[in-house]
Amino acid sequence: MRHTIAVIVENKSGVLTRIAGLFSRRSFNIDGLSVGATDNPEYSRMTITVEGDDEVLEQVIKQLSKLINVIRVTELVPAESVERELAVIKVTADKDSRSEIMQIVNIFRAKIIDVSARSMIIEVTGDEEKINAIVQLLRQFGIKEMARTGKVSMIRGARVIKA
Amino acid sequence: MSNKMTGAQAVLESLKREGVDVVFGLPGGVLLPLYDAIYQSDLHHILVRHEQGAAHMADGYARATGKVGVCIATSGPGATNLVTGIANAYMDSVPMVAITGQVNTWLIGKDAFQEADITGITLPITKHNYLLRSAKDITRVFREAFYIARTGRPGPVLIDLPRDVTVDEVEFTWPEVSLPGYHPSFKAHEMQIKKAAKALMEAERPVIYVGGGVKYAAAHRELYSLATKINAPVTTTLMGIGCFPEDHPLSLGMLGMHGTKYANYAIQESDLILAVGARFDDRVTGKISSFAPRAKIVHIDVDPAEVGKNVRVDIPVVGDAKNALEGLEKEVSPKPKGAWNEKIDGWRKDHPLTYIPDMTIIKPQYVIEKLCELAPDAIITTEVGQNQMWAAQFFVHKDPQKFISSGGLGTMGYGFPAAIGAKMGRPECEVIDIAGDGSFLMNSQELATAVVNDIPVKIAILNNGCLGMVRQWQELFFEKRYSATILGRTSPDFVKLAEAYGAVGLRATKPSEVEPVIRAALATDRPTLMDFIVNPAEKVSPMVPAGATISEILELEWCDEGHIGHLEKHYSDQRKAIFGEEGC
Ligand SMILES: Cc1ncc(C[n+]2csc(CCOP(=O)(O)OP(=O)(O)O)c2C)c(N)n1
Repeated sequence: MRHTIAVIVENKSGVLTRIAGLFSRRSFNIDGLSVGATDNPEYSRMTITVEGDDEVLEQVIKQLSKLINVIRVTELVPAESVERELAVIKVTADKDSRSEIMQIVNIFRAKIIDVSARSMIIEVTGDEEKINAIVQLLRQFGIKEMARTGKVSMIRGARVIKA
Repeated sequence: MSNKMTGAQAVLESLKREGVDVVFGLPGGVLLPLYDAIYQSDLHHILVRHEQGAAHMADGYARATGKVGVCIATSGPGATNLVTGIANAYMDSVPMVAITGQVNTWLIGKDAFQEADITGITLPITKHNYLLRSAKDITRVFREAFYIARTGRPGPVLIDLPRDVTVDEVEFTWPEVSLPGYHPSFKAHEMQIKKAAKALMEAERPVIYVGGGVKYAAAHRELYSLATKINAPVTTTLMGIGCFPEDHPLSLGMLGMHGTKYANYAIQESDLILAVGARFDDRVTGKISSFAPRAKIVHIDVDPAEVGKNVRVDIPVVGDAKNALEGLEKEVSPKPKGAWNEKIDGWRKDHPLTYIPDMTIIKPQYVIEKLCELAPDAIITTEVGQNQMWAAQFFVHKDPQKFISSGGLGTMGYGFPAAIGAKMGRPECEVIDIAGDGSFLMNSQELATAVVNDIPVKIAILNNGCLGMVRQWQELFFEKRYSATILGRTSPDFVKLAEAYGAVGLRATKPSEVEPVIRAALATDRPTLMDFIVNPAEKVSPMVPAGATISEILELEWCDEGHIGHLEKHYSDQRKAIFGEEGC
């Protein structure tokens, strides 16, 4: 099973290494990891996706909590949270395929952020499934390059995860 | 008022404020400023001969006193030489602060001379570590490091100290510790204690299973009150040895791979296990799927991550062992001895820990018994292997701070430097390292440290001429193919080795010489090495084979080729190879 956890960490050098090191040492499987700023410059927020049963998840949370630079670890239950990921995708596009690609972009409420004679860059945000779906559709034109951010996630409603 | 000082002086002032009275270390280029400050201070510094020794000394000091042990090593090779000692302290949750020199901050990352990324290297074997980048952070970091090392589940903390940081001037301040991400849990939840007490009262066949956590929490008195109030038998892990007096009728001794049969039987038959500060290590549980099949498990631990890590737990109690045991003792009402105690006493009678005494060749177990008889209050440290298991089995331990052994990492070469550290912390105690001939050589250079600093520890080598524990496994499971385990007894001559360092060397080759040698060693106030030439064929028994259930514990046959054992042939062959026919 896949679990998503939000980890608030002190914004100090080496913290990412500590977390990555912990996962490899304890043989936890990371599927995805994204890091970024929070509203407080002293803390960063990581969103980590891990594979494993409930016991593994419990160990992941407990072991992460033991790290001195980790302030808070929270599981984000999919049904109660929103998830977003961003991808930029460079596809082969010439005058014959351009309009068809633009249709797909519209349906997915994605954006074209660069055009050249033989390519386009598409930016799309959404949950993982949505991004997988557009990627699947764009394959027929030829994907030259792709970069995805890994997901960020937040609990719906007024509840907050803060340091 | 200005409090300006150098970074090095700030380090020493921080150590002083943390109550550090002795450090173990060895200098190097980047540490020159720090060592210059040490020279001018009143800090007691013990110069070691290898940095691994320094780490184990700090560790032994910490285990014998309960205080934080401190070791110092220079950058690069000095720092990497500490690694085994740090890993050892991490596995056994020993409070320790390791200080390493580092190259100047502007050289870090440039592969400068003697640069090693020691914070990177020690990341998985420290509770936390720091690379100091500015002198103004010194006092905060030292204060945090000592706090982290000694609170919650203790552990080693490393501080990497670049040279320029020790030279820069800084205003001395002593900031309060503020660590928003660190909450060592102190008090156990009352509800959980109530539940645990209820389970204990309802149990018909309870066993208390005690680990090193009880020792670090200094909760042995609370343990005693609880166990004796409800007449529950107590078994300890290697790390928990001494937390419950082994001469008490409720004591089951050690459990697990080389534990007593009765401890293992009791665990397997129990309907409730109260685990306190123990972590269900594989050497204890054996085959985990068939461990204590009928037992409800109550687990008291200060580290929440240990609860549920290896076995399912029915009643978790996260918190300090002292406080939790005290709470439990108040909740339970006295219980008399019953059928369960009788059953255990029966097992104890039927399957005692024994060995076959011998009049002609020294049995290693006999040496331990004699040590126990002649120095019952000594602090015992051990090396690793058969010597360690016999020391655990045949010495009657009664004090948690008086049995010091490398459990989690199983580090050969630990016991002797640990003994030096222990003696520095508890100079009033006799300290004896029970050693194997293989292990002792791994840090024998510290004989110089002991002699030069006049630290009168005693070493008892159970000299079997082989890497005994590994040889035992080869005998049992590899058809006596003794691949790379025969050391021979000719090299070195341990008595001469001791004498070369200026220590006292004594040897016993016959059982009748054992007692006089021990008496002579105890009578001297100099570092003394006792070389006991013991039966090489002796095995540690009983034994749970790897992967078996712990009740499948075997009594091993003692020795299969008469008194001398089949090993002597190996020795004579080897001597012939080295010295020719006449040499043997
Ligand atoms: C540093 C290290 N290397 C290897 C081992 C593996 N090992 C475990 S016990 C043992 C034999 C120890 O021999 P000795 O010190 O002579 O003790 P004995 O078992 O004979 O009492 C070895 C090699 C270890 N535990 N530690």
